[in-house]
Amino acid sequence: MDFRDTPEEADFRQQVREWLGANLPEGWGTPEWHEPDSLEETVAFHKDWSNELYEAGLVGLAWPKQYGGREAPLTHQAIVLEELSRSEAPDHIGLIGIGMAGPTILAHGTEEQKDRFLKKILTGEEVWCQGFSEPNAGSDLASLQTKAVPVGDGFVVSGQKVWSSFAHIADWCILLARTDGSGSKHEGITYFLMDMHAPGVEVRPLRQITGDSEFNEIFMDGVRIPADRILGQIGRGWQVAITTLMNERANVGFALLARTEVNFRRLVALAKKTARNGSRAADDPIVRDKLADLWADVQAFRFTVYRAFSAFLKTGVPGPEGSVAKLFWSEMAQRLTKTALEIEGAFAMLAPGSERAVEDGRWQKLQLRSRGNTIEAGTSEILRNIIAERVLGLPKSAR
Amino acid sequence: MNFAFSDEQDMLRTSARELMQKRYPPERVAAIADGEGFDRSEWAAIAELGWTGISIPEEEGGAGLGFLEEMVLAEELGRALYPGPFLSSIVLALPVLAEANAWGLVNSLVGGERIATLAWAGPDGRFDVDPAPKLGWDDGGLSAEKLFVPDLGIADLLVVVGSHAGGPGVWTIERENPGIAWRELPTVDSTRRLGELLLESAPATMLDAPPAGFLERARDRALAALAAEAVGVASRALELGIEYATGRQQFGKPIGTFQAVSHSLAQGFVEVETARSLAYWAGWAVAESAPEAPTASAAAKARAAEAAISVCERVVQAHGGIGFTWDHPLHRYYKRALQIAAMMGWGAEQRTRVAAELLD
Repeated sequence: MDFRDTPEEADFRQQVREWLGANLPEGWGTPEWHEPDSLEETVAFHKDWSNELYEAGLVGLAWPKQYGGREAPLTHQAIVLEELSRSEAPDHIGLIGIGMAGPTILAHGTEEQKDRFLKKILTGEEVWCQGFSEPNAGSDLASLQTKAVPVGDGFVVSGQKVWSSFAHIADWCILLARTDGSGSKHEGITYFLMDMHAPGVEVRPLRQITGDSEFNEIFMDGVRIPADRILGQIGRGWQVAITTLMNERANVGFALLARTEVNFRRLVALAKKTARNGSRAADDPIVRDKLADLWADVQAFRFTVYRAFSAFLKTGVPGPEGSVAKLFWSEMAQRLTKTALEIEGAFAMLAPGSERAVEDGRWQKLQLRSRGNTIEAGTSEILRNIIAERVLGLPKSAR
Repeated sequence: MNFAFSDEQDMLRTSARELMQKRYPPERVAAIADGEGFDRSEWAAIAELGWTGISIPEEEGGAGLGFLEEMVLAEELGRALYPGPFLSSIVLALPVLAEANAWGLVNSLVGGERIATLAWAGPDGRFDVDPAPKLGWDDGGLSAEKLFVPDLGIADLLVVVGSHAGGPGVWTIERENPGIAWRELPTVDSTRRLGELLLESAPATMLDAPPAGFLERARDRALAALAAEAVGVASRALELGIEYATGRQQFGKPIGTFQAVSHSLAQGFVEVETARSLAYWAGWAVAESAPEAPTASAAAKARAAEAAISVCERVVQAHGGIGFTWDHPLHRYYKRALQIAAMMGWGAEQRTRVAAELLD
């Protein structure tokens, strides 16, 4: 057990830091920074940045060289994720492709599919979204009703998907649809790679609790998908989807950790600069106890991510530890942002845009956004089911 | 980066767990706890395994392993509610003697012939380090009132720490010497008994002054070991909860199929595992004398004790009435968890040190 970087890892970390120091977009992270005005320009900006990351060797570290990866040690992957988040660099545009679609194609794809899709995920050339949840299939994902009917050598898909991040700019979608309704609900699902530019695909953005639009509804009306865009076997899509979901929870750890550390440092700064009763909020014993407890949360999360990572290195498959980390992180993020509102006092009532808002209302926005953390990528209730049944070995609960 | 125990450390864990299961099953622990307490003749078996000198260098007669190995033992012994003097003699007294260069005494402890304990807290019950609890020292006589001395009833060597006019110091006294009055205090957790010590100009030996910061180091070490112990207690209690929720039927099915029960246990697992992460980190930081050792051990002890209490409460609740009885072993885990939380500062007190580091 050694919690420090090896000299080789420290060296690599230094290289990543230096590259980020020299290459972060000008003005990025300063109050003067603003996203480009139009969606097209924003997408172009993030695609350029993604390609720069790729050219610098900071994307797809663990993927095979054959498909554009680096075949670097997994520890390098972790270091890159940490450093990108710590520097608050812009996100790679292919979060869904890198975290979910790519690993699933690697595990279940044909050679043609791997050649066709993987490298373009890494370079940011093609953006992916996820078409899993439906209005009537959320936690009970396997009850999905989007239908795929065989026509010629392919399928024609009709139905509705929801909560799809990036769908409004995506080129491709990992899509679950029912190809056979005669068996149990876990049978007869097929996993498709759907062209988002195909006729019959319509995307509508949803406005969230924060006022932002990060995710969308996807409507499919007679969308044709050829047979070579099926991932895995027809009717065996549930097993393929499990790969996607395990990767979704396993890969986020290091990035979430670094992001949480950034937010915690800002929270400490907020407590130090906020005046209260002629002294600092940071001198209030209740604030002090909360911040110390949150610090313990952040450290506990950090070393839980590290331990899950060690288990992953041993087995090569993301394990249920990812569920523990995601569950713990989401509730910690909610405590952290709510503490910031308490420190702000009455100013927590102000919305972003108000001149009197503290830090332009970022904590208000983060706090509202954090309510999504216990819902997205498996609700806390579903994660507790997974822990109870797959980790603790308790009998399956009634559903 | 490597966050896993080595194969050798895993083997140590396995052998400790097997030995504890064989020699200290719950009914044996219950008999010891409800009876006369730990019989010191049983300590020899622990010494033969080399566990009494687990992190003492080989040239001083120890096993030459590190504090991480000591943490592994603390966790496994906690899991078994081991009622012997591991915390008092090995975790607390031994490193203080080593820092004071009392290698002859270290040797006698490692060999298992003698059992020591550390008398630290004063009449207010606080294990303060700066300044250490006050005591009187003149003409070879030591005067002090010491509370919460673990395993006092079976220790023959008393290591006393405190501060006098000349600063902090370490003394040793034979428990049966004149000038000493002692008794065991009735404690909620009877698997680890605590004593009260009254010294009135008791003949004592003052040891070489240990290097500065020795009490801080003793505190961090003890907090990390207590955290490991709490993780062991919580893990075993959670297993009892899982076994019961799987076997116990109501409404025609196992109660573990009800999410009100299963989600509580799943949340308990999250609490144990995140506390475990902190405890292992603290153990590593203490073993490496890393600068984060004080805050890591404070956070780990706070969180692990709170996790152990919470998990035991969840499991008592899942058991219903039977979990509330003296006959069921659960209450002993709960009481040990409560003792660990109260010993050397509750969570809020640990957090004041973390907050000072963060905010001042």
